[in-house]
Amino acid sequence: MSAETGTDTCPRVSRRFRLQWEEAQNAWVLLYPEGMVKLNQSAGEIMRRCDGSRTVSAIVADLEQAFGASGLADDVAKFLELARGQQWIEG
Amino acid sequence: MSATSIPAQPGPPLWLLAELTYRCPLHCAFCYNPVDFASSGPELSTDDWLRVLREARAAGSVQCGFSGGEPMLRDDLELLVAEAHRLGYYTNLLTSGVGLTPERAAALKDAGLDHIQLSFQDSTRELNDFLSHTRTFDLKQRVAALIKDNGWPMVMNCVIHRLNIDYIDRIIEMAVELGAEYLELANSQYYSWALLNRDQLLPTREQLERAERITNKYREKYGDRIRIFFVVPDYHEKRPKKCMNGWGNVFLTVTPDGTALPCHTAKMLPGLAFPNVREMGVREIWYESEGFNRYRGDGWMKDTCRSCPDKEKDLGGCRCQAYMLAGDPAAADPVCDKSPAHGVVVEALARAESGAGRTAPLVFRDPAASRRLAEGAG
Repeated sequence: MSAETGTDTCPRVSRRFRLQWEEAQNAWVLLYPEGMVKLNQSAGEIMRRCDGSRTVSAIVADLEQAFGASGLADDVAKFLELARGQQWIEG
Repeated sequence: MSATSIPAQPGPPLWLLAELTYRCPLHCAFCYNPVDFASSGPELSTDDWLRVLREARAAGSVQCGFSGGEPMLRDDLELLVAEAHRLGYYTNLLTSGVGLTPERAAALKDAGLDHIQLSFQDSTRELNDFLSHTRTFDLKQRVAALIKDNGWPMVMNCVIHRLNIDYIDRIIEMAVELGAEYLELANSQYYSWALLNRDQLLPTREQLERAERITNKYREKYGDRIRIFFVVPDYHEKRPKKCMNGWGNVFLTVTPDGTALPCHTAKMLPGLAFPNVREMGVREIWYESEGFNRYRGDGWMKDTCRSCPDKEKDLGGCRCQAYMLAGDPAAADPVCDKSPAHGVVVEALARAESGAGRTAPLVFRDPAASRRLAEGAG
């Protein structure tokens, strides 16, 4: 399954949310008015790279290097599709 | 440990609700501040609040709500918001909008305020003035514009009850017009002042069902443009709400005089000593105090709840409601149709259907009424 947008777009965290590392929860969280989404490890690692300057391809390459893995493109694309649906990211 | 037992050890107090003051220019008949608020002790100082913010953040709090009363009446609000922002909280201001001038809005923006929730009693000027007992309608329109101009996301909150529920379409349309991104249609919960006025405020089932239908139609019409939350009134349900997402589980409320509570109405419960932030640190309050530990887990439950397959879903409901309606804070919430005291809720609903007690005058929240009621209770 391929994402709706291409791999040369530069996703960034939506202005509706604030991404932040929470030591007490040992997790990345998305904060919004009176609410919070606690991200699991892989979601957090993808989201923290969505800074508006990196393409999806660059994010995938960075993740593969950081975690010594390969073939992450599909998983990243699936997550970004979900994140767009939730309006966590723009672009 | 059996598979269905509920852990007694909580996570961090993720939500800190800082009730800065019980002072308020409004006189809402459904206010959840305690009926005896006028007898409350002196307000915490700026330094006390700064320390509470630091201690709670260190204990893992991440959402911070500045509430009241009307928090704009504290002239150190900007200072507290700035410190909360510096500490890494997501900062929320819950206000009626009274006192939010362009100057103070700019100062709050500079301090790093993330969001404002504007309470709005109704969409018609006459009814709004009646319900809040002051002429605030025009002001709220100005404040809504101010919120948008400063680039804050805007949540509008409107308490829904018998006297305004039939105007829900106009309330939603106004929220859209003012540019709200979120609208909370919060059906009144019957605590404190709202309990005194329950006969006048509890809607009929027909009113409620109509309001839900209309809300759903507007959700379809506007989609992502505005997210509408319809908070159901628990009296009309068969199972109780999971109050505060569990006692001492997520929420920490600090009242104007420094009392630490698992929810903003828990001080009413008998036989419980709640700690004060002047005397105990937040971490110790959260994990060690008797007041916070009393209704964690399921060891405190009566058989009705302990043997119930739904106990993990609702944790037996609300302790305050159990105390108010069944006279025992450890009883099942009488909203539950398995509760031996459920008849009390059935009777209140029957009164709503027949209109009994509707003509009694509303008791408006103000210091004089509060002192009178506190004396009557004592």
